Amino acid sequence: MGEDMLVAFYGAGAVAVLATFLAVTRAQPVHALLYLGTSLLAIAVVFYTLGAPFVAALEVVVYAGAIVVLFVFVVMMLNLGTSTTAAERSLTPPRVWIGPAALSALVLSLLVFAILTSQTRASAVQIANRKSYFALRASKDESQIENQEVPPRDVGASLYGPYFVAVELSSVLLLAGMLSAWRIARRERTSGTQEVRK
Amino acid sequence: MSFSFPLPEHALLLAALLFAMGLAGLLARRNIVFVLMSLEVMLNAAGLALVASGHKWAQADGQVLFIVLLAVAGCEAAVGLGLVMRIHRRSRTVDSDSLDSLKG
Repeated sequence: MGEDMLVAFYGAGAVAVLATFLAVTRAQPVHALLYLGTSLLAIAVVFYTLGAPFVAALEVVVYAGAIVVLFVFVVMMLNLGTSTTAAERSLTPPRVWIGPAALSALVLSLLVFAILTSQTRASAVQIANRKSYFALRASKDESQIENQEVPPRDVGASLYGPYFVAVELSSVLLLAGMLSAWRIARRERTSGTQEVRK
Repeated sequence: MSFSFPLPEHALLLAALLFAMGLAGLLARRNIVFVLMSLEVMLNAAGLALVASGHKWAQADGQVLFIVLLAVAGCEAAVGLGLVMRIHRRSRTVDSDSLDSLKG
């Protein structure tokens, strides 16, 4: 513990930002997916430094393990090879990025403004019965701050306590997602695929 | 060293930065696979914001909501990629601008 958590947080955060930038801008799909996987693993480290080891493991298993692999399989099945890379380069010249970059810079500045201005208000409100981070900082009780990690036991207890309905709803959602993905991606045998006029 | 955990505001700023980059990719890209990837980046940034807030108040709610978000992201990826495969099979393209067969 100590400073190494902070070093890990800022290091992994920098890696996540860089890898996400590369993932969003690459023309070759597999390269972009590898950078996306790197970014997700870096964010898993960020989760660990934020005192959420259970969520860090889930990030590695579900995001980097399942979702990225699903993307890799689809890219392989679509056979997006070197020909699409050249087409992708011609589709996204640098000037295409001007408008989106300006819009997302606007969104980013609004978010940063909201985060930086709301922290003073949140510490003033002091939500009832909950010791805020700033109260802990002010009390200089280092042991309490050191133990701010939320263990998997608490997460499980609230998953099957107050959030039981959410768990049931996500199971229904997963079932619906599975069925619709199976139905949508199924190869039609009887009617055949109509070639759409290009 | 008195504080071993990073400031929650910095984690929120990181989440905002990742969200903005995902938004830029979502708006600029025309290949549907890349659009879905940018969407995953944005969902993940939202999850980072949830976990950071849960950490700030030392409550498990943020992590619970992240798990629900994980289910949503999984469904979104599965259905979205199924649609991509369907579109690719029908019209032999993953370029969203050339999908104009509904145009009169």
